[in-house]
Amino acid sequence: MNSIKYSFFVADCMNPFYNRDVISVNDFSKDELELLFRYADKIGDMSKVERLELARGSILAYAFFEPSTRTRLGFEAAMLSIGGSTLGMLGSKSTSMEKGESIKDTIRVIDLYADIIVMRHYLDGSARFAAEIASHPLINAGSGMEEHPTQAMLDLYTIQKEKGSIDGLRIGIVGDLKYARTVYSLIYALDKYDVRLDLISPNELSIRKEYITNLKHQVYEHERLDDVINELDIIYVTRIQKERFPDEQEYMRVKGSYVIDKKILDNIKSDAIIMHPLPRIDEIKYEVDNDKRAAYFRQVKYGKDIKAALLALIINEYI
Amino acid sequence: MSSEQLLVRRIKDGTVIDHIDAGKALIVLRALGIKDEGNVITIAMNVPSDKLGKKDIIKIENRFLLAEETNKLALLAPHATINIVENYNVREKRNVELPDRFIDMIRCINPNCITNSSENISSIIDVVDKSNRRLRCRYCRRIIDISEILYQI
Ligand SMILES: [Zn+2]
Repeated sequence: MNSIKYSFFVADCMNPFYNRDVISVNDFSKDELELLFRYADKIGDMSKVERLELARGSILAYAFFEPSTRTRLGFEAAMLSIGGSTLGMLGSKSTSMEKGESIKDTIRVIDLYADIIVMRHYLDGSARFAAEIASHPLINAGSGMEEHPTQAMLDLYTIQKEKGSIDGLRIGIVGDLKYARTVYSLIYALDKYDVRLDLISPNELSIRKEYITNLKHQVYEHERLDDVINELDIIYVTRIQKERFPDEQEYMRVKGSYVIDKKILDNIKSDAIIMHPLPRIDEIKYEVDNDKRAAYFRQVKYGKDIKAALLALIINEYI
Repeated sequence: MSSEQLLVRRIKDGTVIDHIDAGKALIVLRALGIKDEGNVITIAMNVPSDKLGKKDIIKIENRFLLAEETNKLALLAPHATINIVENYNVREKRNVELPDRFIDMIRCINPNCITNSSENISSIIDVVDKSNRRLRCRYCRRIIDISEILYQI
């Protein structure tokens, strides 16, 4: 480890991420998140060669009990970019159930192969359980409908990079707020900041109240996007999935009222940004992509740096 | 001896559960898992009480209930007092208190929770707020109001 790496922390400051599980965004303070963002900035500025030293010799193993190409790809890209290696197993919900493959056994085995584990599972609370079993740090890459903390970290980092700061912004989250786990982690993370949060969704997909009872700030719910869109600094769009609706007609009707297209851009602040966790279906039209306010692909790039920063901080005690 | 104590006879050895919310005595017995073990059990319901207006009382002879058994009553009958009687004397008097957590006693109400799956896992429900009687699943973090799990008891 060279002296440049040591200099990131002031002398008496421990790296609070070292060897730590990442299960819920609630486990991290605002200060810790900001430290992560600063380190992601630093990593983003590093040369390729310098960056490759951060995880040399370390192995990341992913255990995905539920398929997600994109999240897995994101972690692989991040780990490879800091010089580590990756391996892992991919299950689909149906095959793992057929085989009766338990989290307990899978994690025990993977724990023997890896220095850091990234897990996704379709059951709520699965990551917390797996972290109890694993001796190595475990990152939750989505547990049931509950949380997806690294997505929230990259979302916040995107806002910070694009807008300069998070405090003082008016942030609207649009679409399926009931089943989208990214939304819950994002709300918990934003609640650490001084923001106004507007939640815009059809009635049938409104936020599950029992999961937001502990928020410090009030949130404002709306059914119509038109009511608030011109006041928002951040428009965070999630997809509305067909399987959540009993019939096709209802799905088409609801979906149509939450689409971001070129026409809507006229009503959006000129310095607002549009975000999306991707993949999208058609809730943001392709015609929007070239507008400077469309930030969803820049979000992917920030995501790579955040994931790399998180992994490097977990792997290295001193950095 | 006050008039309310006269209603049911004194017991020599056993447990007296006093100050049960009126009407709850039978559910309390069921929750404690007390079956017909041959012991004399006396139940008094709707007894006038200074503290509660009306209350139920249960006297179980020849059985000494442990705190971990009676803790369950903190959900059902939070005002209950437990008297352990030995040779007509109250050897121990205690209140029921919400424990810090319930392990394998209550199931999480979230059907998608890992603790409701086939994994080899204990259900751990933490008591996060004793005064407001709020619980939280250790794993899925679902906040549970006591009223939502009473049916399980
Ligand atoms: Zn649970």
